[in-house]
Amino acid sequence: MATPAVRTEGLRKVYPLPGHRRGRSAAAGQPAAGAQPAPREVVALHGLDLEIGKGELFGLLGPNGAGKTTAIGILTTRVRATAGTAAVAGTEVGRDPVAVKRRIGVVPQRPNPDHALTTLENLVFHAAYFGVPRAEALGRARRLLDQLELSAKAEAKVDQLSGGQQQRLMIARALVHDPEILFLDEPTVGLDPQARLALWDVLRRLHAEGRTILLTTHYMEEADRLCERLAILDHGRLLALDTPAGLKARAPGGTLIELVLDGDAQAAAATARALPGVLSAQAERATLRAYAERAGEAIGPLVRAAEGNGRAVRDVHLSPPSLETLFVSLTGRRLE
Amino acid sequence: MNGEAPVTAARVFGALLRRDAHVSARELPFFLVRTCLQPLLFVVVFGYLLPRMGFVARGYGAALLPGILAVSLALSSVQAVALPMVADFGFTREIDDRLLAPVPVRMVALEKVVFGVLQGLVAAAVVLPVARLIMGPVPGLTLAHAGALLGVTLLGAATFSALGLLLGTGIAPQQIGLMFSVIVAPMIFFGCAYYPWQGLSSVPVMKWAVLVNPLVYVAEGLRAALTPGSPRMPLSAVPVALAALTAGFWEWGARTFERRAIG
Repeated sequence: MATPAVRTEGLRKVYPLPGHRRGRSAAAGQPAAGAQPAPREVVALHGLDLEIGKGELFGLLGPNGAGKTTAIGILTTRVRATAGTAAVAGTEVGRDPVAVKRRIGVVPQRPNPDHALTTLENLVFHAAYFGVPRAEALGRARRLLDQLELSAKAEAKVDQLSGGQQQRLMIARALVHDPEILFLDEPTVGLDPQARLALWDVLRRLHAEGRTILLTTHYMEEADRLCERLAILDHGRLLALDTPAGLKARAPGGTLIELVLDGDAQAAAATARALPGVLSAQAERATLRAYAERAGEAIGPLVRAAEGNGRAVRDVHLSPPSLETLFVSLTGRRLE
Repeated sequence: MNGEAPVTAARVFGALLRRDAHVSARELPFFLVRTCLQPLLFVVVFGYLLPRMGFVARGYGAALLPGILAVSLALSSVQAVALPMVADFGFTREIDDRLLAPVPVRMVALEKVVFGVLQGLVAAAVVLPVARLIMGPVPGLTLAHAGALLGVTLLGAATFSALGLLLGTGIAPQQIGLMFSVIVAPMIFFGCAYYPWQGLSSVPVMKWAVLVNPLVYVAEGLRAALTPGSPRMPLSAVPVALAALTAGFWEWGARTFERRAIG
């Protein structure tokens, strides 16, 4: 079998909380008697196992704090794993980070261009760090600026670029040394819808050229429409991994109907489960979540079930089966 | 993709150095004003005005000129490395594109230190002739020991660049003002820059206490090279002390750099 582009096994990352860095005495953080001891660390990744094939366009989907950025950080040599292994193109990241860096391009979550340089210089110097000869680097940089519609800003200082333009510059920078594997951390956050679609086109083109792409996102639609396979992450754990179609097929049947009540929804959920046409119903504090094949017909009885239990309905929301309803069924929370 | 042979570390190092040279060339006048103006103002007062007023002996210039050179060298090297690094690690994270370069992270730190040395040399090359011009003839000043002059200058710049790496990686952006008042200012005033080390014989505790200060060795080494007739510590002590301090600052600074670079 071919070497996977990315492979992690039992990948774990624990961050000490500020004030509990190593070397500090335990006595400094003594909790008051009877109080819960304050957590001293945050587990960002709980043993992640992933395998991404060469040429795949793969997405890590999850809310903020799911561990996506940490996973990308470890794979791109920028974060040290606490335990487990991570390999990129067959090379273990911890063992030979230089060999890994040679083969990857990275688009960070927050644009961090070199502000002392112009747009074009950002690309030419970055290429030079990878040994691309100057003439060749200039040619590639100009082509990329053209493709990403930044040519007009080539000689501008990066301060003069808008947020979206800086984001595109980050993508150009990640590509200028022609890497095999491209990592993008939330690449479309802060982009307007048009810029987002344009970026999707760029990524599809890169994918068609045979590059492996690993991106993180908390946008359901982006994950669904762009990625070939998806891993859903929450609180540092892998919840599901499949194609978007495969994942959606695993979403609970029927439309999700959410009723926000003015108090605890337990009693209403019990009543709702007995209603004809309701496939299932759960309560999460004041939210009643029910699934029904014909949502329109179920809303009335559900509202009456809530009111019959002494609750007023504050809000009603319908979601057809989707990655979102799958995420809700896996975690009891919404993604966005 | 990736058809070429892997790039050598030396080539990456050269590219990193070119980036810093490119950026610094544009900012050279500001850099020189920032690091050389204060020492030169000191020269105007203590090397020109006070001797003419008769408050200090004319021979003071022989002790002062090498000391002023040492301060300029130290300030420029320390700032060249520390200031951009505090910003980089504190909030901009601009250095990340260089940390992704296919070399060990330590080499990025080494490049910063080497570039700090170059900036120290530029500052020294500007300050020496200008200070001499302001002060007029300095008794006993000679350029006969050019080798020693270059050696002490290089080693001194390396010591302070490595110190800049340590400070730049260890200090939070909001403490940068504190760094100058608590670390840099005392270092300059107790660095034997404005008086020779032998002069401290009248305050023996101080004479030994200041030996932890790297500036002492740079100032005394430059006295040995430029005005060897003036009172000074033996030249042989200078390279040993500076090399040891450089190695210590580098190792400690490089470790902090790695810790900041890789989370």
